[in-house]
Amino acid sequence: MRWLVYVEQHGGGFTPGSVGLLSWAARQGGSEVDAVACCPGATQAAEGLGGFGAARVFAADDMRLGRSDAQPHADVLAALLAREEFDLVLFETTILTSAIAAGLAARLECGLNWDLTHLELVDGEILGTRLALGDSVSVKVGWQGSPSRLALLRPNLFAPAPAPVAAAGRVEPLTVELEEWSQRIEILARAPYEEEGGRPIEDAEILVAGGCGLRSAVDLGLLAELAAVLGGAVAVTMPLVDRRWYHHSAQVGQTGKTVAPRAYIACGISGAVQHRVGMQGAEVVVAINTDGAAPIFDHCDLGVVGDLYEVVPALTALLRSNS
Amino acid sequence: MRFVVCVKEVPAGSSRRAIDPGTLRLRRDGDCELNAFDAHALEEALRLLDDVGSGEVVALSLGPPRAGKSLRRCLALGATRAVLVSDEAAAGSDLVATTAVLGRLLERERPDLILFGQQAEDSDGGLLYAAVADRLRLPAISKAGQLEIVDGKLQAWRSTEDGRELVRLPLPAVVAVSRAANEPRQASLKGSIEARKRPLEECTLAGLGLDPAAAGERGSRTVVHALSVPELARGRERFEGDAGHAAEHILAFLTARGVLET
Repeated sequence: MRWLVYVEQHGGGFTPGSVGLLSWAARQGGSEVDAVACCPGATQAAEGLGGFGAARVFAADDMRLGRSDAQPHADVLAALLAREEFDLVLFETTILTSAIAAGLAARLECGLNWDLTHLELVDGEILGTRLALGDSVSVKVGWQGSPSRLALLRPNLFAPAPAPVAAAGRVEPLTVELEEWSQRIEILARAPYEEEGGRPIEDAEILVAGGCGLRSAVDLGLLAELAAVLGGAVAVTMPLVDRRWYHHSAQVGQTGKTVAPRAYIACGISGAVQHRVGMQGAEVVVAINTDGAAPIFDHCDLGVVGDLYEVVPALTALLRSNS
Repeated sequence: MRFVVCVKEVPAGSSRRAIDPGTLRLRRDGDCELNAFDAHALEEALRLLDDVGSGEVVALSLGPPRAGKSLRRCLALGATRAVLVSDEAAAGSDLVATTAVLGRLLERERPDLILFGQQAEDSDGGLLYAAVADRLRLPAISKAGQLEIVDGKLQAWRSTEDGRELVRLPLPAVVAVSRAANEPRQASLKGSIEARKRPLEECTLAGLGLDPAAAGERGSRTVVHALSVPELARGRERFEGDAGHAAEHILAFLTARGVLET
C-alpha cells in the first residue's frame, strides 16, 4: 500500500497537526508513506519531513500556491495522482483542505470520507471511523469503485513525533500547471484577524468560554468577571468571532486554537464538533446551557442545565465571597 | 441575473437524531425543516436580486418528495421558483453522486451565481460547494459575507485560516455563505400565499438525462459498513436546580477535582 499525506503550510511553517498526521501514518507500518507540500518555499521546507517518516516528499514550490484558494492545490494533486498511484490520500481537516479534498473527489470521482477519528486495515481493506450526530454514533466507513481514496481526519489528533528511524525523505519537485479556472479569484484587500486584548488562552489554566447562548458582545463581560476571579482567561466559539464580538486569537476549535487547560467552563456552548476538537484535551469540562439536550452535555464532566445569565454571576459572587 | 441557491432538508432539532439500523441511513421519517445554514444563503441571494434589480432567485434541492416542503418555505421567503430532484435511485448518494446530480441540474439552469449554506446541520462536512465548483469548473469561495455584484463581478469578504480577505470573482461563481453574513427574514402570510402560485418543478434523474447508476449507492464512492454507540469519555454528571445551588455545586466540583484550592 502507498499512502500520501498532504502537509499544510500557514504563516511560514507546516502546521503541527498535518506533520503529526504524517508521523502517525508512517507508524502504521505495511505502507510506504509519502508527503506532498504545496506552497512557496516547499522544496526547502520539505527537507525535514523524512524525519517524520516520509519516504518521498513531493514539493510543489510555487507562489500561486501561497493563497487560501483550494483549486490550485487540487490541480497539483490531480496531476500527481494521475502520475503516481496511491491507495489513500490523507488530509488534516481545515477550511483549505476540506475544499481541496472535495474538489479532488469531484474531479477524480473518488470517495472522500470526512471527519474521521481513526483509520485501520482490516483484511487488506482500509476502514475509517467517523463519530456522527454529535458524536452519539460511531460509523465505520469505507471506499468503493475507485483506486484512490481520500480521507479528511479531525484536526489535531496527532502530535508531530520524530520517526524512530528517519525515512529517506527524498524531495521530488513537481511541475506546477494550473487550470485557467483555478486562478480567477483576485484578492483586493486583506484584514488580519484582530489579535489584541485579553490574556492568551493557551497559557491559562482555567478557561471560561462563551458561545451562541450569549445575546450580545457586551455580555462577554460576565465571563470576563468570572475568569478574573478564577485567574483564568476568556475563550469563544467561532460564531462569536464571525460576529466580531471577540478577537480571533481567543477562538477555540477547528479554525481556531487547540487548548488543554485544567478546567474548561463552557457557557452557552452547544458543543458542535468544530468547537469540541479544540477543547477535548481539557482535564475537566463544566458545561452550563439552558438546552439540556445540547451535545455538550455528552462531552462534559459536569453539566449544569441552567441559564448562564444567572449561573455565571452567581458563581462569580460565590467565589468572591469565599476569597 | 440568475441566482441559484442549493438547499437541503434536514431532520428538525439538529442536536438529537437517529440512524435507521436497517438502511444505515439517517432517518428521515421525523419532522424535517430547511437546513438553517441555507436560510443565510437564500437571504444573501434575495438581497443581491434586490440590488441588481432584475432576474430571479431559484431554489434547488435533491431529496425525497416531501423535501418540497423546504422549497415551499424558500418560495414563501421570496424565491422566484424552485426545482426538486426526487428519485428513489438517488437515495443514499454520497458526495460524488450528489455532485453528479446537482452538477447536471446546474448545467441546465445556467446560473450567474450559485450559493450554498456553509454546511448542513445533519452532516458536518461542508464539502458540497467545493465539489460542485470543481465539477462545473467554476471559481469558489467559502465563509463569505458582504456579497456585492460590482461591474458584473462578485465581490465579497471571506474568512480564511490567515485572516479576512476582500475578493473579486468573475461570474459564474460558487459561494458558501457564512452564517454571520446576515439575519434571514421571516416568511410573511402574504409571502406564503403568493408562494402557492410560484412554480415548484419536480424532476427525476431520467428527466435530467442522468443514468440512475450515476447516483444513489451505486454512484457513490464511499460506503457505510457498520454503526455502533461509542463510549463517552467524560463523567457527564448532571445538575438541575436554581442558580445559587448550581454555583455551589460547580464550586464544590472544581474543588473536588483539584482545580480550585479548598
